[in-house]
Amino acid sequence: MTEVIATNQTILVVGGGVSGMTAALEAAEMGKKVVLVEKRAFIGGRITQLYKYFPKLCHPTCGLEINQRRAKMNPNLTILTLAQVTDLTGSEGNYSAKVTISPRYVNENCTACGDCAKAVDAEFDNEFNYGLGAMKKRKGAYLPYNMAHPQTYVLDPAMIGTEDAEKAKAACKYNAIDLEMQEEVLELNIGAVIWATGWRPYDAAKIQPYGYDRIANVITSVEFERMMDASGPTGGKLIRPSDGKEAKDVAFIQCAGSRDRNHLKHCSRICCMASLKQSTYVSEQFADSGKSTIYYIDIRAIDRFEDFYKKVQANKNVSFVKSKVANIIEDKATGNPILRGVDTEGYHRYEQPHDLVVLAIGMEPSLNEAGFPGEVVINEHGFIERDESNGAIFAAGCAADALDVNRAVQSATAASLRAIQVVNRVAGAEG
Amino acid sequence: MSELNIAMVEKYRNSFLHEVEANVEEGDWVKMCMQCGVCSGSCPLGSHWEHSPQKLFMMIRAGKREEVLSSDSMWMCTSCYNCVVRCPREVPITHIMHGLASYAKRLGLVPKGQQTAKFAQHFWDNLVKKGRVNELKLGLNLYFMNGFAEGVKTSLKMKDIGLGMLKTKRMSPMEIFGGHKVKDLDGFQAMVKKAQEIETARIEKNMNA
Ligand SMILES: Cc1cc2nc3c(=O)[nH]c(=O)nc-3n(C[C@H](O)[C@H](O)[C@H](O)COP(=O)(O)OP(=O)(O)OC[C@H]3O[C@@H](n4cnc5c(N)ncnc54)[C@H](O)[C@@H]3O)c2cc1C
Repeated sequence: MTEVIATNQTILVVGGGVSGMTAALEAAEMGKKVVLVEKRAFIGGRITQLYKYFPKLCHPTCGLEINQRRAKMNPNLTILTLAQVTDLTGSEGNYSAKVTISPRYVNENCTACGDCAKAVDAEFDNEFNYGLGAMKKRKGAYLPYNMAHPQTYVLDPAMIGTEDAEKAKAACKYNAIDLEMQEEVLELNIGAVIWATGWRPYDAAKIQPYGYDRIANVITSVEFERMMDASGPTGGKLIRPSDGKEAKDVAFIQCAGSRDRNHLKHCSRICCMASLKQSTYVSEQFADSGKSTIYYIDIRAIDRFEDFYKKVQANKNVSFVKSKVANIIEDKATGNPILRGVDTEGYHRYEQPHDLVVLAIGMEPSLNEAGFPGEVVINEHGFIERDESNGAIFAAGCAADALDVNRAVQSATAASLRAIQVVNRVAGAEG
Repeated sequence: MSELNIAMVEKYRNSFLHEVEANVEEGDWVKMCMQCGVCSGSCPLGSHWEHSPQKLFMMIRAGKREEVLSSDSMWMCTSCYNCVVRCPREVPITHIMHGLASYAKRLGLVPKGQQTAKFAQHFWDNLVKKGRVNELKLGLNLYFMNGFAEGVKTSLKMKDIGLGMLKTKRMSPMEIFGGHKVKDLDGFQAMVKKAQEIETARIEKNMNA
């Protein structure tokens, strides 16, 4: 059984992305008791699937490692993975949360040696790579990704009861596989809640004229990030899904789903910077033989990001076309997607082939209104509003708005401070 | 220049956008265009127009009154609605195109010999007569719109379609004598007249305001 001690001076953080981790660590390092509940088998959230961060172009793994170490060292912080909050009732200073933990079938004896993975044959879609490339599939016994925290393998629940599960158990030298593990439900008493369930990419197939579901060489920006990872689906190579050819001429389409009343009304805010950043990946890989073309309505490189935009503009291998692409067709002979539209600077009609098209996909909140276990004010875009009536439920990061990491972390720190004030008041009242 | 045209030029001297907003159907949406270009790129006839919708909207904002109102682009719109369904701001582009065409006609600025404008007039005259479109007369009108010789040629070319329509009872030869009508023709015509009066009064009010 999982033992968790919680009181109404405890802060519950839901979602272990960069926002949830930050909020949890800030509070724990202030001496508060914190329980972090994460749905996936590991913490870190979506940034674990990025290659580099704008604007500094450093690797997210670096900051993640620091946060993971802070988490390991802090006795105030309890992390529950494969866990979700399924019910939330009460009010400021006194909430009751039901936390449901799915079985991992692997216990803390695991040394991440990987013998279980070698022993099993069953394969499943690899959600970490968005089902992309040669690593579309992962084994039924797996570590979600190399740096996963905790460094503990997981057995896919679909494998339980099959011969493969027994093979995995037999292969483990450390007695770490427990096929009898059951779902657990914990009832926690807590004082304040930080809601940090983050975002998910908008469903690109819904943007019908762009043919994401029909044209192999039209992919999304999140998939493009995975391609640059040396241990990712393409071994770190920018290649086309259709034929494995190097993608040296890449088109980026901005506002794919965002700023569009047929899709997401809001500006997702990070996509312009994400594409500008990804154009540097093309240059990094192919130097002068790599070309990027960015099709845009307006470039929104907010405040100090303007410098980054200027730098990319100065690169002669990156060009900008002011136009929302109307539609994409596929050249059957070459597999090239052909972009069609009219540009705004001169109103020229174009039909431009590229090797690969990357849709700068919009961000939508990962949790919709129906998915929220308690009562909270949610705005028309699906993000949690700051509102008196939310009591001591504070949204952090992309659960609150479409934000980049810098702003998500600011938002998380603010949420953490608000939650700390609540539990301080509870402590004061109880003397 | 028509009298109305002279008056409107005088009144909206500095802002053609305001003129469009006040006088063109759905004209107050023009300012919502963010110049993304999806309408122009999605228009199936786009490459045949001089001014795409996106360009026309920008020209309106730039005060290019003469060029916009005498453009033949808005007359080319076939009402397929591709632009409307794709516009990220849900601008009713098709309606604005027709609104511009109708306003240009009121001002007497339709380019001479513009074919769709001509046909639209035939269609309208045909429709208001009986409250129903008389397919036979409209078809003949259209064929003979540009003279007798061309009319005979087109009629012969379309002969099989016409006979097919007769055979499947989609068109009756009796239509040539009067043709079918709505139940309350007087009521229908009074309604159209009233609507035209309201529209004219509105525009004249704008002119004199
Ligand atoms: C293509 C692309 C490139 C980007 N590049 C950059 C960049 O270079 N620099 C930058 O600053 N930003 C970048 N961003 C933005 C960045 O990804 C976000 O700012 C960041 O991921 C926000 O973190 P978060 O913790 O708020 O959300 P998330 O990363 O989404 O984390 C949310 C966590 O909550 C968990 N969760 C979800 N639902 C539940 C639930 N019901 N119960 C429990 N847990 C749950 C999820 O599993 C996840 O671990 C990029 C975004 C995109 C789309």
